[in-house]
Order: sequence, then structure tokens, then C-alpha cells
Amino acid sequence: MSRYSAFGLLRGALNGQKHWQPAWRDAEPKAHYDIIVIGGGGHGLATAYYLAKVHGLRNIAVLEKGWIGGGNTGRNTTIVRSNYRLQPLHDLFEFGLKMWHNLSDELNYNVMFSPRGAMLLGHSDADMVRLAERGDALRCDGIDAELMTRDAVAKLEPLLDVSRSARFPIEGALIQRRGGTARHDAVAWGYARAADSLGVDIIQKCEVTGFVRDGDAVVGVETTRGRIGAGRTGICVAGNSGHVAGLAGLRLPIESQTLQAMVTEGVKPMINSVIMSQSLHCYISQSDKGGIVFGGDPDNWPSYAQRGNPMVMEGAVAQGLALVPALSRLRMVRTWSGVTDMSCDGAPIIGATPVPNLYLNGGWCYGGFKATPASGWTYAHTLATGQPHALNAPFALDRFERGATIDETGTGPMPCSR
Amino acid sequence: MTGPGRDSSDATIGFRFDDKPYRARPGDTLAAALLANGVGLVGRSFKYHRPRGIMTAGVEEPNALVTVGEGGRREPNTRATDVFVYEGLVATSQNRWPSLSFDVGAVFGMASPLLSAGFYYKTFFGPAKRWMIYEALIRKAAGLGTAPTQADPDRFSQRAAFCDLLVVGAGPAGLSAAADAAEAGKRVILVEQDSILGASLRRDPQALDAAWIDTTAARITAAGGRILTRTTASGYWEHDLVTLTQRLAEPGQIPVNGTAQRLWHVRAGQVILATGSIERPLAFDHNDRPGVMLSQAVRTYLQRFGVLPGKRVVIATNNDDAYQTAAALKAAGAQIVAILDARPAPAGTGSGFAVHNNAVPLATKGARHCLKQVTGLVDGQTRRWDADLIAVSGGFTPVVHLHMQAGGALDWDAAAQAFVPTASRQNVTTIGGAANPAPIAASAPVSHPKKSFVDFQNDVTLADIDLAWAEGYRSVEHLKRYTTLGMATDQGKLSNMAALSRLAEKQGVAIPEIGLTTFRPPYTPVTMGLLAGAGARDAGAHIRRLALYDVHAARGPIWQPLGLWVRPRAYPTGGETLAQAALREARAVRTNVGMTDVSTLAKFEVSGPDAAAFLEIICATTIGKLAVGRGRYTFMLREDGFVFDDGTVWRIGDNRYLLTSSTGGADRMAAHISYVRHYLCPHLRVSAVNVQEHHAAIAVAGPQAKTVLAALIGVEPPRHMSTIAAMIADVPVIVAAASYSGERAFEIYVEATRAPPVWAACDQHVTAHGGCPYGMEAMEFLRIEKGHLVVGGEIDGRLSPHDLGLDRMLNKAGGYVGVQGLARPALAAPGRRQLVGLEAVEGSIPEGSMLVTHDGAPVQGHVTAAAFRIMTGGSIALGQLAGGFARHGEDLVATSPTRGQRARVRVVAPHFYDPAGDRYRD
Amino acid sequence: MLLIPCPFCGARAQTEFVFERSVDSVVALDATPEAAMAALFTRTNPRGPDDEIWRHTYGCRAWMIVTRHRVTHVISAVRPVGPVALP
Repeated sequence: MSRYSAFGLLRGALNGQKHWQPAWRDAEPKAHYDIIVIGGGGHGLATAYYLAKVHGLRNIAVLEKGWIGGGNTGRNTTIVRSNYRLQPLHDLFEFGLKMWHNLSDELNYNVMFSPRGAMLLGHSDADMVRLAERGDALRCDGIDAELMTRDAVAKLEPLLDVSRSARFPIEGALIQRRGGTARHDAVAWGYARAADSLGVDIIQKCEVTGFVRDGDAVVGVETTRGRIGAGRTGICVAGNSGHVAGLAGLRLPIESQTLQAMVTEGVKPMINSVIMSQSLHCYISQSDKGGIVFGGDPDNWPSYAQRGNPMVMEGAVAQGLALVPALSRLRMVRTWSGVTDMSCDGAPIIGATPVPNLYLNGGWCYGGFKATPASGWTYAHTLATGQPHALNAPFALDRFERGATIDETGTGPMPCSR
Repeated sequence: MTGPGRDSSDATIGFRFDDKPYRARPGDTLAAALLANGVGLVGRSFKYHRPRGIMTAGVEEPNALVTVGEGGRREPNTRATDVFVYEGLVATSQNRWPSLSFDVGAVFGMASPLLSAGFYYKTFFGPAKRWMIYEALIRKAAGLGTAPTQADPDRFSQRAAFCDLLVVGAGPAGLSAAADAAEAGKRVILVEQDSILGASLRRDPQALDAAWIDTTAARITAAGGRILTRTTASGYWEHDLVTLTQRLAEPGQIPVNGTAQRLWHVRAGQVILATGSIERPLAFDHNDRPGVMLSQAVRTYLQRFGVLPGKRVVIATNNDDAYQTAAALKAAGAQIVAILDARPAPAGTGSGFAVHNNAVPLATKGARHCLKQVTGLVDGQTRRWDADLIAVSGGFTPVVHLHMQAGGALDWDAAAQAFVPTASRQNVTTIGGAANPAPIAASAPVSHPKKSFVDFQNDVTLADIDLAWAEGYRSVEHLKRYTTLGMATDQGKLSNMAALSRLAEKQGVAIPEIGLTTFRPPYTPVTMGLLAGAGARDAGAHIRRLALYDVHAARGPIWQPLGLWVRPRAYPTGGETLAQAALREARAVRTNVGMTDVSTLAKFEVSGPDAAAFLEIICATTIGKLAVGRGRYTFMLREDGFVFDDGTVWRIGDNRYLLTSSTGGADRMAAHISYVRHYLCPHLRVSAVNVQEHHAAIAVAGPQAKTVLAALIGVEPPRHMSTIAAMIADVPVIVAAASYSGERAFEIYVEATRAPPVWAACDQHVTAHGGCPYGMEAMEFLRIEKGHLVVGGEIDGRLSPHDLGLDRMLNKAGGYVGVQGLARPALAAPGRRQLVGLEAVEGSIPEGSMLVTHDGAPVQGHVTAAAFRIMTGGSIALGQLAGGFARHGEDLVATSPTRGQRARVRVVAPHFYDPAGDRYRD
Repeated sequence: MLLIPCPFCGARAQTEFVFERSVDSVVALDATPEAAMAALFTRTNPRGPDDEIWRHTYGCRAWMIVTRHRVTHVISAVRPVGPVALP
């Protein structure tokens, strides 16, 4: 692997950038791997990377039905933060957030992690108390959180409507300064390149169509490119977890749902941080290319279609404009949708399944991207050792039947009502 | 460069571009007017800040982006080809500093060998903070135009419509289809993004029968059809829903009636797409210069707008269409310097022009942002021509965007080298040029890929595609994301096919094997204000007004939002602060009497022979033994066994109950009750009606409440947890004695429309007894001191009945929703969060703070609500604490690092006031 | 936005309806704890047609089971449920 550096680019400037090699090999499937990770998204690729890097395993394959990073890794709004209210969640995401801060160096691939601050707006005194509660929970666990006054919010984001007459007046905010955004595609590509350099086979256009069983145990997978044997197999296909687990006869506490996002034409910098709201459901940031990236509510009904819904989009834009009226004359240039794994408590599932040798990483709802490094790290630990890491132990699949759900919003077991 | 027939006396409209005044003819696009005024340099590209002119005459324009309008109407990134000039139009060029002709940013172009595709992935390492320094520079250089900073002064409206047939595109095919269908009795809507019908026909006047366009349009309207111009079908959604964006004013223009644009949601029985095709550019060295223009665009400027874009013209083509351009230019007096036809002889023979066959353009040269010279390859020989314009045609890409949005499939048309629409699961067909693109020759080799632009706006070259391929970004989606190809404001309308063909060439496969990226809405970018419509003002969330809103407003209260409601938080008098007013109000309740509006409570009237049985399914407590005229506290479980709401149930008749529950959970409870009734219990003889807004409710509370009630209703008020029907101010009411405040209290339920006189009567008596109305703040103090639960606070959807101390009230017979969930082992595990009271030993307890044994220790719980003893002072709170029931008497720290506050607290029972309930029992 | 054929009102925009839950997640009132938790926490979630419970909340408020394909969104059947559907 030729290292990426400014020097390399300078050298390339002289030779027409002709010395660069493929970021990852286009591997052919072997007959057997120690561990197969199903799903070449950020999480699957990170898992493979840490299996090789941390656990010293080399005979690993990532199977991807399409092209790597083509699912939710490449369809999210790229927000990275760890400021969840509940401890198991903020512990897991904080572990990841720490990794984000030097991920570019770790992978020798600039993932453009930009900790410009993730701000949750409060619109009433009651909101501010809830934000303080969240911030206090975080601070007591050593995670940064800072309450901001309305004036401080206005200073950071001058285009926010902080007038008292706003429908949802802004009273203040809770900001996580170490949060921000990253370049989503680069995360998949960076992990792929780094994993490949450690010998991981990344096999694209290889869809898993079934599981090979020896008794109860999974001992391999059937794919569109033939049968591949495996010691342990890890599902890592959020959005399609229900479908793939179904191939092994498993049913999950998950329903799939469409979540859409959109981006405007590029403009000069106008939004400095990541703006979210306690009362409204839109979240706004500006990409390095200048587009204002918008997310909103999910459809609230199950779907595997990567297609959006105009009413949801219009609702999200209305909320965004109520917050930042100056967005009115920008133009929305592109919409896209991802299929999210909505779990029955809103939290992810990382761990063993009832099927021997088969593991599951999924149920990320709409919050998986930011967890990519932590998800990969803990899942790699689980796949390598057969035991959960302390951080993912609370996220076991059997927590639902046990009653140990991790319900950040207290919404309950209906995935499409979250 | 004003062309023949371009009489400048027609140019009656004044506009400005980069602060210079110009004149335009009515009907001109800004691009046409700029060309007519000899302005060739219009913008700068995104990455390298290369000088760019006008390349197209349509919505696919990648280069000529300007900011139009002023103040809150400023629209950045407006395509000069898609704005019709109006008097006073102000346009400015973008992405340049200090000026369009001298742009410091062009230094990025000089560094282009360094700034290859994805260069930023390979450098800028180090801590994230260091990247942010580079990033700030990149962000400033990127991003084209500048957004307004003022609020938008105009309105955007939305409209729904239904039709049998929606026709998109008013070219000859669309006009005919719409007219035929309208005359066959169908409800027809015909939409056209241009300002005129048959715009493509006006490009070629020899084919134009102006009378036919007018006649056909008249046939449509005479048969009741609707024709919308300046209207783009921008999205094709599920079940034949098409969104239309209609411009009522041009970008930046002051709208006549205040409405700038209208968004249509059209549900169509059938959709016909007559969207035509988009001409492709050709790839060659410096193919992005001002003076390189699509062949059909040249013809449009010449024959529709009367503007001659060049006098010495090279034509480069791989198809027959460009010969019409040559003929039109010649007729207009321009010199056709050369025609380069990629096809072998006899292509072009008989056109009347000398044609170079097997000929392709290789490069252009220019000076002062104008084209000077074209180099071409003719049968292997390099040739040069002096020229000021090169008209290029690389074939035609059918506009299949809407077809694909509708979930339609595509076929590969090898002769046209284009994807054409086939089957769709929705009711849509494509006709005309979009279904039948003209045949072309295969693409020709390119010798200088580094300056052969494919995506003009984002400066993606063939060399960038080659690099991406070499680095393994070979899927078309990887290519797009790695190089940013197709991600600009033109959404890849010009670049897509060129990129696919280069990839196919690299891979050694046919284009269809490469696949295509999916087209998503919108077809052309849509103004955000239009999408928001009126929702931009209230975030789409209308305020729910209390029935007694005006009564409260007359007192000038401090309002408090609660979901979509606003409720009085306190009624300050004489300059009181919120805290002072709330304390006065709370003390009035403790010592005397107060009244408050509790109308937002969820309320359900449940009646019928099986009403009690039904309520024992909804509620986790017993109901059946309740006597007529009695009520009791109850709570509800989700199916997973956690408490999600609470309230009171009143038996107001033999088979009639009134159930109340929380305001915040009202909609959820309404859905739950309806689900249980209709889906789980269809056989029960019961009716469960949501009467939340049918009844207003007023609570009267305090030691004097009974006296006040007696005076109001003229009979003995009901005993605690009893209810009677009565009259107040000649209005029938239900009076229910229940205490949320800890004092003797009565809830008065009254039909909402008749509530004001009842409130007035209560107010009169309460005031006469020295009491006052109280708001939510005082109510919160009162309920915390009494230890009552609130949904969203103590009841947070994560606690079981046991955790909240409610398990002794559970219906032993079971049968209620959620009983099964209670059996799960984790609900009985040690260390669960349990409801406790907290009393400050030192300091004031911060609401929402964390409970720890000492600073720095792990969190064991949190403060859900904090207040103080109303009469005596002293900070108290309710909280959730791990294993809290067994920890009464323990001292903890309540800490709020975000606010720099902390208190030492003692764990106590969650009842600080009259735990036995002596104050309201008889 | 889907077009849902309400058995009482005819085809109406999906914004008038609220999705309640998938039929397979229904917890019968008399279910055992095991059966109840299985219904709640093991979803079929098919990449194909499924039976879903919807309510015409902002219309006639009737409940219905909609058989809908979760990729194509083709609605192949709708039938009313609740007292209105009793024989």
C-alpha cells in the first residue's frame, strides 16, 4: 500500500498522479475464512480492520452484495457525536468519538472528521432542564457537554432565528464541542484500504443467499459467487438485518424503515456547527462543498424502499426554515433515502444470536454512522473471542425478552413509532 | 454580437450584471440577453475557478450560474439559461474575487496537477483540529454563491390537484397527447418548464408551425384542460404522485401578488412524459472555455432569441442534428469554418457543407476568456482553425429522470448510445424524443484527458475518472462519490453519459454493464421556501389554543408551551417575576383557594355494557368495583410492562365512565384506546370516545375549595374521589373531587364552548374568597411537594409499576395490557431505578441533576423534578435512584456540572406534604 | 406518499392514515408471557408483502389491514377490522 501524504500528491503532480494503486484489491472469494463479515458498509469494514489489526487475524472476508459503503454508510447526514442520555449508549458512542479524533491518522486516509460542535437547541425552560439533565449525565461520565445561552447560540450561528416571536423560540442549547461531521464515503474507503493492507479480502458483488449449517451451527454462507466456509459469521447489514437473519431462520426485534435526507446547492459558509433541536425533528449542517445537509423524520411505516416521501421532506424543510429563515432561497438539489434497522428500543444490537457461530450487529436505527469505529471495535472483539466487549455487553439480542431494554426516548417496543 | 433581426430598439428591458447596465428583449433568458450584449464570461467553476461562459440554453446549464435578486430575494446559483429577464433584474457573478475577469481563486487551477480527484483524502493528516484549519480554507473556496441573510419577503403556496392525465413537456409530442386526451373527456394537466409552449420548435423555425402550437393549446383549454408554463415536474413519487414547481415570479423578481412560487401535489391517473432529450457535449482539451457551446443551444440563441453567439464557427458532431445548426448559422451570416463529423463518409454528404469525416476536436485555445482557435484530428492529421465559437453535439440523452423516479426500468439503445425508458410499475409512459433518441457514432479517443472536462461545474476531467478507476473506485457510484462527478447543481445532466462511457472503455465492457446511478427527485433544484410553504412560519406546527385562551390572555400571563399547546405558566401582577407569582399562587392554594385551567388533559368517555371490562384492559388497576359516582387513580402499561401514562377514571353513570390521562400523552393514549377497542376487542359492547377538546376543565383547589364549590353549585360538593353532575352559571358541568395539589380540590368538566362563563363564575367566587388563578409553575410546585407523578418526568417510559411504587394497585386478576411484560426477569432485577423523594441537607437541588454518592462517583440516579416547600421553604425534589426504596435516610450529592450547581441531599419518601391525605379526605 | 384505498372512503392520501403496527406484532390479550414477548420482539419484517394495521385517523377513523409490499409499495388488499367488520 503506498502511503498517502502531501509528498505523495506532490510526486503525483509531476507524474500525472499515475503512481497510485487501487485502494483495495478486488478479491476473489476463497473456500474458507476464519471469520466472514456480511456487509461491506463502514461497520463491516471497520470490524474486519480491527479483527486484523487488534486481534491479529488474517483470514477474514467482507462480503458485500453491491459496492462497499453503498448502504447507510453513504446515505446518512454524517453527524458524529456521543451525547446520548443513557449510559450504555453514551459509553459506546464516546468510545467511538475518541477514535474519530485520530481516525484519519489511524487509517492513513483523511475521513475529514471535523469537530465543529454538535448543538441541541432548547425551545423552552423545560427543554433546557432536559438538556441540562442530559449534559449532567454526560459530564458525570467524563463526556463533554456544555450549556449555551441564547446569546452564545446566536453568536455561534448568526442566521438562527433567535427572536422571541419564533414559533419555537430558542432559549439556549447543549453543545458537544467534540462532535461534528465526517466524510461518510471516506470512512468506508479508509477502513477498506486499511483492512485490505492487512490481508482482509473485500469481496464486492457477492450477495449472501443462505447459510450453510452443520446441525444448528452456521459453518459458511451461500453466495451469488458460490459457497464460502467460515468459522464464525457476523451479520453487519443494518437496514437489511431482518432479511439476512431471516435466511438463518431468525426473527429480530427490528423493522426496516425509510429515512430520507437532502442537500441544497452549494453556497459559501453559512452554518458553522451541527444544529439539532429538542422539539423539532430536523438536523442541519453544511458540507465542505457548501451544501446544506438536512435530515428529518422517518416515514413511520415499514419499508425497504430507498425512496423518500415528499410530505416528510417538506415537513423537514419547514422546520429547518423556521430555525434558519435565510435558507429560504437556497435550492434543494438532491434527496436520498436509506433503509434503517429500527429496533424495538431504539438501541443497536451487537452480539451473539441463538444460532451457534452466527453473530449480529444491527438495529442502529438512524444513529449508526457515528458509531462506526466503536461498532467495529466491539464487534471485532465479539467475533474474535466469542464474548462481548464490556461496551457492547448491554446491547445483547436477548435484552428484549429479559426486559433490559435501552430506551433512550422511553418510547417502547414499536419500531415505527420512534 | 447582436444577430440578424436582433433590432436593439426591441431591447426595452433594463437589467444589470456585475453592476453594469444592459438591455434585453422581452422573452429573453438572462443567458440570451448576456450573449446579445456580447458578454461571454459569466461564471467561475467550483474547484479550479476556471472562467466559464454559457454552454447550453436549458436547465442542464453547468457553467453560467449567477446570483439573481437582492436582499431576502437573492437566489444564488441561478442558471442564466433558466431565468427570464425582467425590468430591474440584478445579476452578479459568483465564486470569484475580486472580479469575474480577474479571480485570485484561479490559483487553484494552476495547482490542478496536485488537486486531482480525491486529493483531500490523501493529505491533511494530524489531529482533527489541524484538519479543521485546512477545512476552513476549503470551505471558503468552495460553495459557489452566497445565501441571503435576510428573511424571505415573499410567500410560497402549495396546492393539491387530481387529474386523469398529466403530460410533462409541451413539445409537439406532449401538446398532441394532451389535446387528444382532453378532447376524449379526460381531466388533463400539461406542464412546461419553459415560459412558452413548443419551445423546442422555436429553435427550428423551418419546422415551426406557430399556428399549430396555438391551435393545439386552444384545443386543450377548450376541452377543460389546464396548461401550466414555467412549471417543472420535479418529483415522481409513489402511486403516481407528481410534484410540480410553478414559478409565478422569476428568481429575484418581486411577485405581482406576493406569491413567488407554487408547489403542486398532483395525483394523476396516468402520466405521459414528453420530456425530450438533452444534448451531450464532447470531451476534448479545454472543452470548457467560453465559446464552446452545445449545437442545439447555438440554434436556440440564434433562432428563438435572435442572437448570433459566434461569427466564425467550428461544428463538431457525431450525428445529423448539428447540420441544422450549420445551416442556420450560415443563413444568419456566420462563417462555418469547419464541420468535424466523427462518422465516416458518407455522413454529412449532401448537407451542402464541406465536411471532415472521421474528424474530432482535440483542443481549443483562447485569449482574454474568448475562444480563438480549435484544433482537430481529421483522419489522423492534426488541423487548426481560427474560430470564436465551437458548436458541439455528442448525441442526445433522453430525459428519463421522472421515469426512473417512478421506479421504471431502462433499456440500452446501442444506435443512440443512450438509455431509453421501458416498463414501470407506475402508470407512466414516455413519448417523443425522450423515447426515441437520434442515432450517433461511438465516442472518439481523447488525447488530453487532464483538461477534458466531463463535469464542468465540479471540474471533473477524464483524467480524474481514469485516476478513480486506477485506484479501484470502479463502481459508478464510487466514481461519482470519489470524483464528485454529477454532484453539482446540474445534477450530472451533461456529465453522466460521458463518465459511463469512459468507465466502460476502461473496463472493456459495454455501457449497460456499468449500470447507471439512480435518479432521485428533484429533476431540477427546488427552492427550499417552496418546499416549506406556509410551514416556514410555524415549522408546520400550529398552536393548539385552549378553549379559555382569550380569558387567560386578558390577564397577560406568562405562557408556557406544552406540546403544541400553550398554557398559562403564571399570572404575575404588579411587576412580579415568574418565581414570585408562582409562589404567591401556590401559597394561595395551600392557605386559601386557587383555580387553574386543566383543559388539556386527555379525556375519554367510555360507555356501554362492557365499559368496565374494556377499562380493565386499558388500565392496570381494577375498575369494575367502582360505584357510580366514584372515581380512582389509575395508570396504564405498554405491552412491554412499563408504565406509560396515568390518570383518573370516574364512573359517571351505570355504564358510563370518564377517563382522564396526561396532556403530553393524549394523542398516544387516543390511538392506544382506539387500537385496543377496534383491533383487540371488537366484540365488546363499548364505545370509547375521545372528548379531550370537547370538555374544558377547571380545577379549584385549596382549604376553601369546598366552600367555593358549594357556593358555585348550590348543593353539597362531592366527597373526595366522588363525582356529581351540577350546574354552574346555568351551564351543566361534571364536578369531580380529586386532588393533584395535595389540598381539597374539585375538577369541573364543561363543554368547551360554554367554558368561559363557568370560568368567570369560578373566578368570581375564588376571588371573593381571597384566592386567585394559578398557572403551571405553581401546579408543578404543588404536585412535587405532594409527590404526584408526571408523565415525561417520573413516568419516563422506562420504569415498571414496582419502580414507581404502584405495584400494590395492580389488578390481581391480570387481563390488562402489559401484564405479560411484567413477567420479564430484568424487571425484578436488583439495582433498578426507583422513585424517591430528596430533601436538601445543604444547597438547593438542581432539577435534572445527577445523583452520586460523592463527586466523581458513578451516577446512580437523577432528579426528575425539583421545587421547595411552599410554606416553609427548603429545597425538595423527586428522583429516580438505583435501589432507591431501600435507601431512605442515605445522604447523596445531586450534582449539575453543566450549571456548576450541587446540593447534598437525603433520600426520603416521595411525599413531603400531608402524606396521609388528611387535608382532602372527609 | 402512498395512495391507500380505504374500504369506506375510497383511495386517500397516506397522510390521512397512521400506521399502527405489523399484524405479526399483535399481542393477544390472553397471550402467555412467552407468546407476548415473541410477538413484540421477533418481527417477520419481510422484504416483500406483509399485513399491516393502519387507521384512517384523519378521515373516517376506521381500522384496516393493508397488505402492502415493502419494496414496491404495491397494495394488494385492504380489509376493514373492528366492530364495523363483524358479521
